[in-house]
Amino acid sequence: MAIPVGYIARNLVARRLTTTLTAGGMALVVYVFATVLMLSAGLEKTLVATGQDDNVVVIRRSSQTEVQSGIARAQAEVVETLPQIALTSDGRPLISKEPVVLINLPKRGSGKPANVVIRGVTANGLTLRPQVKLVAGRMFQPGTAEIIAGRSVADGFQGAGLGETLRFASRDWKIVGVFDAGHTAFDSEIWGDAEQMLQAFRRTGFSSLLFRLNDPDDFDAVKSDIENDPRLTLEAKREKRFYAEQSEALSKFIRYLGTSISIIFSIGAVIGAAITMYASVASRTGEIGTLRALGFSRAAILTAFLGEALLLGLLGGVAGLVAASAMQALSISTTNFQTFAEIAFSFTLTPGIVIASLIFALAMGFIGGFLPAARAAKMKIVDALRAA
Amino acid sequence: MFVSLLVLRNAFRHKLRTTLTIVGIVVAVAAFGMLRTLIDAWYAGANASSSARLVTRSSVSLVFSLPLSYAQKIRQVEGVEGVGWANWFGGVYVNERNFFAQFAISQSYLDLYPEFVLPDAQRRAFMADRQGAIAGRKLADKFGWKVGDQIPLRGTIYPGTWTFNLRGIYDGSDEGTDTSTFFFHFDYLNETIKRQYPGRGDQTGVFIESLRNADDAAGVSAAIDTTFKNSLAETLTETEKAFQLGFVSMSEAILLAIQAVSYVVIVIIMAVMANTMAMTARERYGEYATFKALGFSNGFVAMLIFAESLGIALLGGALGVLATFPLAETFAQTIGSILTGFKVSGETVVTQMLAALTIGIVAAAVPAWRAARVRIVDGLRAIG
Repeated sequence: MAIPVGYIARNLVARRLTTTLTAGGMALVVYVFATVLMLSAGLEKTLVATGQDDNVVVIRRSSQTEVQSGIARAQAEVVETLPQIALTSDGRPLISKEPVVLINLPKRGSGKPANVVIRGVTANGLTLRPQVKLVAGRMFQPGTAEIIAGRSVADGFQGAGLGETLRFASRDWKIVGVFDAGHTAFDSEIWGDAEQMLQAFRRTGFSSLLFRLNDPDDFDAVKSDIENDPRLTLEAKREKRFYAEQSEALSKFIRYLGTSISIIFSIGAVIGAAITMYASVASRTGEIGTLRALGFSRAAILTAFLGEALLLGLLGGVAGLVAASAMQALSISTTNFQTFAEIAFSFTLTPGIVIASLIFALAMGFIGGFLPAARAAKMKIVDALRAA
Repeated sequence: MFVSLLVLRNAFRHKLRTTLTIVGIVVAVAAFGMLRTLIDAWYAGANASSSARLVTRSSVSLVFSLPLSYAQKIRQVEGVEGVGWANWFGGVYVNERNFFAQFAISQSYLDLYPEFVLPDAQRRAFMADRQGAIAGRKLADKFGWKVGDQIPLRGTIYPGTWTFNLRGIYDGSDEGTDTSTFFFHFDYLNETIKRQYPGRGDQTGVFIESLRNADDAAGVSAAIDTTFKNSLAETLTETEKAFQLGFVSMSEAILLAIQAVSYVVIVIIMAVMANTMAMTARERYGEYATFKALGFSNGFVAMLIFAESLGIALLGGALGVLATFPLAETFAQTIGSILTGFKVSGETVVTQMLAALTIGIVAAAVPAWRAARVRIVDGLRAIG
């Protein structure tokens, strides 16, 4: 026969201070564990959501990022004529040839400089990225020194807000609009007219090409056409994959560092649970003897104390998760090592993280409770009753 | 004497509990120390860099290069002693995981960096070989390179595979010097670019200037930037230290997070320790009442608890500090050249001990207050 759950739970209530402190320690560990996973998930989500399934990015072979890449106009024209590219309503290929550069801007508040991506786009560039919506102001006029800023840039950098002026490439650029890119990497970019950007930065070639496929399954054909053409020294990637690759290093770094920190921290919490459970067993020796005398088996005693420890872990896990879920309101902005540019992303709580955190919390409770529970189960009835 | 013996006996009455608590504190203090050292290491590059050298880059961002002709003009600026230039190469050695910094440097560059110690023979061999390169000791050890080896790098900014002959391995003149960088001749890069892409070339990422007098940094920086004001490539000149700190501040959000987390571990262990002391004190209310009945003051009882808590916390803290050193050593060897200067500083040790002290005091506060207030009658009646 098993010991009722209510009896187990009441033991935790009886020693409120101890329970709170132990569960509080575990809650902090779970909080760190969950927030780190949320950060890494948020970064991945931002960059994965940036790509569209049927879009293809073309950059110079082995240049890894758009900023390092360079594509001569002649090469861009060769790519433009590929038959697999979708057409616009007026029969032209749906391709955007874009210069991409980084400029150094001071952040609002701290004044510390960070690199922001400036992208020259055309009307096609907007058609290819339907997630980008103007939320304030208007679109830039092609052929003028007008630019539009992503939401994160407008909020985060000095002089990048609506109506303000930025000076770079020996010109003053007026911000006439702010766009929202639906929590994608474009939120951390500034856009202007492609030809104006080329002139201002004295570039003769583009940085990257973006086009839509007529049929998403044509990707392999386009890729081999581009990569085997002796005139081209370019490589093609699906847009989704291109952006996903750019989050790899930073999200791995956050995840590895965070998980190793959580595991080290959990040692402290496990010890806390063990101390609490040992004390719980010691002060209830007589009670354990009585239970055994009443006919409860050793297994029932073991289960009861393990249950108590697991409950303690669950309590900590839930408290930690509640605190971590409050972090979703925050967004964080840092430099991605791979692109060397600033990127803004937020803490994202996924069901997978909830499950992982709860398992982590229960594991802490189990490890901390196992030895004390085993000690309780091993007690001899006579000795236990005499100790009381 | 009697009192300290009493405290000691009390502390180890529950051997298992005390041992577990101490182990917890050791882990927490060591983890705290490691995280602080990690943050220090992030700043190590900036701290090791000189404020007697200036770095000039394009005012737009580092992605834009400057014309080589600027070197002549910079040399004429009052207060500048020597000028060199360097260009980021960004090549990949075998695969992307083997990241290390590579720079194409001017002939004069090494003269500006006396902290790179290179034997004369190797230096001459490097200067004589157009495709020559030198690597830092740490970098060479990581990949097992020897002088004379051929090193292929796949260019990400400059297309193609570039092969270099390792002509020398330099050491740092002091411990903080970064020896994980790879240098080769700017001329080799420049001429290859000019041959492959006529019209390009003669551009470099940054100029480095040494100063005649380190106190002139601000004035000379302004003078250099004024020289190129309103030109096609405006410049931004700052001390090498400020330049390096600019890189560090880009990762500031992550550094702040690590810093915050390093305090979380202290709070976690504070909860564990407070729990231990609360349980200990609760079991001994009877004894405390006895002390009081014998005439000892409330303060004496509180002091007993504080002394025990501080004793355990400081012992754990000291062991934690001792554990940090071998841990940092192992960690530094594992991550290799990514972070240089992974060293536990004196300041870290002090902060670790302060953290342990705080843990001891906070943990004892509530139990001590309760024990001091317990009425003799209630205390004598209480059973643990």
